[in-house]
Amino acid sequence: MAASSPGYRKRLASLLAPPMLWLGVAYLGALAALFLTSFWTVNAFGTGEIEQVWNLDNYRALFTISVYRTITLRTLAIAIGVTVIDALLALPIALYMAKVASPRARKWLVIGVLMPLWASYLVKAYAWRGLLSDAGPVAWLLRPLGLDTPGYGLTATVITLAYLWLPYMILPMYAGLERLPDSLLDASADLGARPWLTLRRVVVPVLWPAAVAGSIFTFSLTLGDYIAVKIVGGANQMLGNVVYDNSGVAGNLPFAAAVAAIPVVIMVVYLALVRRTGALENL
Amino acid sequence: MTNPSIRIRGLTKHFGQVRAVDGVDLDIADGEFFAMLGPSGSGKTTVLRMIAGFEQPTSGSIELAGTDVTGRPAYDRDVNTVFQDYALFPHMSVQDNVEYGLRVKKVAKAERHERAKDALASVHLEQYSERRPSQLSGGQRQRVALARALVNRPKVLLLDEPLGALDLKLRRAMQIELKELQREVGITFVFVTHDQEEALTLADRIAIFNDGKIEQVATPAELYEQPINPFVAGFVGTSNLLENESAKTLLGREGSFSIRPEKIHLDPADTTGLQTASGVIREVIYLGATNHYVVDLTTNATLTVARQNLHGASDQNLRHRADTVTLGWLPEHVIELTTKEN
Repeated sequence: MAASSPGYRKRLASLLAPPMLWLGVAYLGALAALFLTSFWTVNAFGTGEIEQVWNLDNYRALFTISVYRTITLRTLAIAIGVTVIDALLALPIALYMAKVASPRARKWLVIGVLMPLWASYLVKAYAWRGLLSDAGPVAWLLRPLGLDTPGYGLTATVITLAYLWLPYMILPMYAGLERLPDSLLDASADLGARPWLTLRRVVVPVLWPAAVAGSIFTFSLTLGDYIAVKIVGGANQMLGNVVYDNSGVAGNLPFAAAVAAIPVVIMVVYLALVRRTGALENL
Repeated sequence: MTNPSIRIRGLTKHFGQVRAVDGVDLDIADGEFFAMLGPSGSGKTTVLRMIAGFEQPTSGSIELAGTDVTGRPAYDRDVNTVFQDYALFPHMSVQDNVEYGLRVKKVAKAERHERAKDALASVHLEQYSERRPSQLSGGQRQRVALARALVNRPKVLLLDEPLGALDLKLRRAMQIELKELQREVGITFVFVTHDQEEALTLADRIAIFNDGKIEQVATPAELYEQPINPFVAGFVGTSNLLENESAKTLLGREGSFSIRPEKIHLDPADTTGLQTASGVIREVIYLGATNHYVVDLTTNATLTVARQNLHGASDQNLRHRADTVTLGWLPEHVIELTTKEN
């Protein structure tokens, strides 16, 4: 058979080698280097040179200095908030796209959902800075109702990140709903369930793996972000800012590596938890 | 029918410019096993979906047991449906699937459990209650779908091509099971099919759908022996259609007529009382139990003749291509059809 001939194997190997090298060296290798670096330390005299001495000082600092604990918990809370908001916004949109809209309208809606991804991240973040500013449209809209713009801070950060990552939640949910046969909805109604009950008992459980797949994007993207909080977050910091500051201005690359390991660990734990839902087959 | 289970009047459904259902009147009796038969796109499934409440009619009315349910949503109708793709909930066990309707109606847990168990036993699936639908075969899924519908004790059970996805052997077995089940529970079954043999096997009465309209409603025997028009004659069973010139020369009558292949004798020994014609065999089709002979008549018509293989398929018992034969039939087996033009 052709599949076992030496020529076939050689061609397959030459085809796969470049991407596998990229994945192995540039991606996994960098991750391994990150981990290794986090166990080293910088020269105590402030020259910024890395001393390859194995120690746990960086991690000890992370766990004992309360500001890092606060920043970790804050980042986690923002990631959870963004994910929940995106899931709640995405469900009705995806439901409308997959089950209500005509095939023509569906195409335009998919383009509409994808369109924000064509624009630069910075443009969108600064757009929210403008929207939420003291004299911005949000304040103008809400003040007559006795409310006000949340201003720059954690709320603004959550809003901006939820906006930025929303397409990553809508698309897997839409794909999941497209796979959900209409007959399941008919069957639920046929057995006496009103639409709300059908949503709870049939749509949400069947859609759950797709929602978890979307949450992997929103969650991990938020954990690693540091720009949005700089633009709309006021004085607040997220883990990404600590990494940025330590790898840049402070010149403490090993500590930056240790901080950068936190989102990785959180994501590994999260993926292990959601593996059972079958979400990983929905990515 | 004094008190029909389902009464449909002037039912019409338009999808955009398409008239999927075009003025259907139908009465279905209580406890009847009723088939809606027709080619795809004839509107039979749309009528079923309107009875269930999944589609709302453009005009017309639907009564269930004397109550007008037109415009009521599906969850508010005392009917249950067995879907073509079974539509079992993939995230629930077989037991939870069957209990779903009872749970929605807030039946107490103990009763719910007991009734679901009985329903699964009635379709011989009690030992599969903890499985997921994906772990069952097609035939088993189909029976779970039946149990899930029947456990609610609906007044009417609707079945949309219920056996369409099963292979021929399983389909035959399920047909017998369905018929027994219907006799046992005694409720009205309405099923949609495009398989005429299935309709003849299962139904007490059959409605023939064509182009959004009903052509004829009758028992299987009436449909076969007395089809009212060429469409019905052609759709149910094989028929020899004789129209215009060929009818005039062969039968000496104006109009459209049908003769069933098995009613025609091949080289009859005694032709008294028979109408006869002679011709040449163009094709011989061996079907095991029967042979079909396609005979070109000298009068320009073509008739198909069916003959049972009573004496085995040895060479002297079979006729051959290009043999000259005489055909004969009783005049009462010539069925007069009404055509659309009349």
